Amino acid sequence: MTLTLGHFLSLGAILFALSVIGIFLNRKNLIILLMAIELMLLAVNMNFVAFSYYLGDMRGQIFVFFILTVAAAESAIGLAILVQLFRNKSNINVDELNSLKG
Amino acid sequence: MDVKAGLFYVFAALLLFAAFRVVTARNPVHAALYLVWAFFQAAMIWLLLRAEFLAMALVLVYVGAVMVLFLFVVMMLDINFDSIRQGFWRHFPLAGVIGVVIALEMSAVLFAGFRMAEPKAMQTVVQSAGGQASNTRDLGILLYTEYVYPVQIAAVILLVAIIAAIALTLRERKDSKHIGVDAQVRVRAKDRLRVVKIGVTQAAKPMPAAADGDASAEGEKKS
Repeated sequence: MTLTLGHFLSLGAILFALSVIGIFLNRKNLIILLMAIELMLLAVNMNFVAFSYYLGDMRGQIFVFFILTVAAAESAIGLAILVQLFRNKSNINVDELNSLKG
Repeated sequence: MDVKAGLFYVFAALLLFAAFRVVTARNPVHAALYLVWAFFQAAMIWLLLRAEFLAMALVLVYVGAVMVLFLFVVMMLDINFDSIRQGFWRHFPLAGVIGVVIALEMSAVLFAGFRMAEPKAMQTVVQSAGGQASNTRDLGILLYTEYVYPVQIAAVILLVAIIAAIALTLRERKDSKHIGVDAQVRVRAKDRLRVVKIGVTQAAKPMPAAADGDASAEGEKKS
């Protein structure tokens, strides 16, 4: 049984499903939510790299490059917001972040 | 089953185990460390797919920078995790069913639809010397010719991230003594310096009969 494109795509799909489960379970912990988002982006990148290899096109890897850039920026800003949130409210419980509720 | 397939199954199993531990770990520090492991396994799988540069970039950027940032933040915040973990497993049955359905459906479709076993030859822009294909070289050529405009946009995004992260977390200390730069710049010479006309010589006043202290105070005022 040789490796096919389907193997890698399925790995990405299972990884994505695991991250969805993680978002369900860790509804209260904002840090783990950010980590689950990083896992989701990793699953998407896995698909891009697999397609790039099997279709013989370098542009998939270029796309992964840009996704890595944006994900790094996103996690940096997200963590900065998290630190600011903790300074103001002394916890990061998502249930208590309802100050904007009308 | 060749060596590559065996390696793929080992790496994939470790990656999925690490990802599962990330979302279920009790301690966020453990979750961050398991996420480091998951990224490393993903980099190994990318090496199997001949994406050497991206695998190394994943290890350097994620394991080296982003995860260290996560660990810093996790260790800096003093959070009571026991109260956060309350009712953690309550939604697990529903979440598990949804996750398994997603994974099974996508796997069925993907296995049926993508039976491509032999990869096509990588189309490179420039044929490198000696027939040696270099992933980094191909990526670089494509990045700096066809995708040079998106590269610059990515640079601007990183700059915005730097400024936003600093601006969000910067706070002024109340107890620090610092110079107000704006007030310093706005000051004019006439606010600080007053030119007073004083005669060269002054007529001597008749010495009063009072004590010497008054005379000295008067003398200070005039000079």
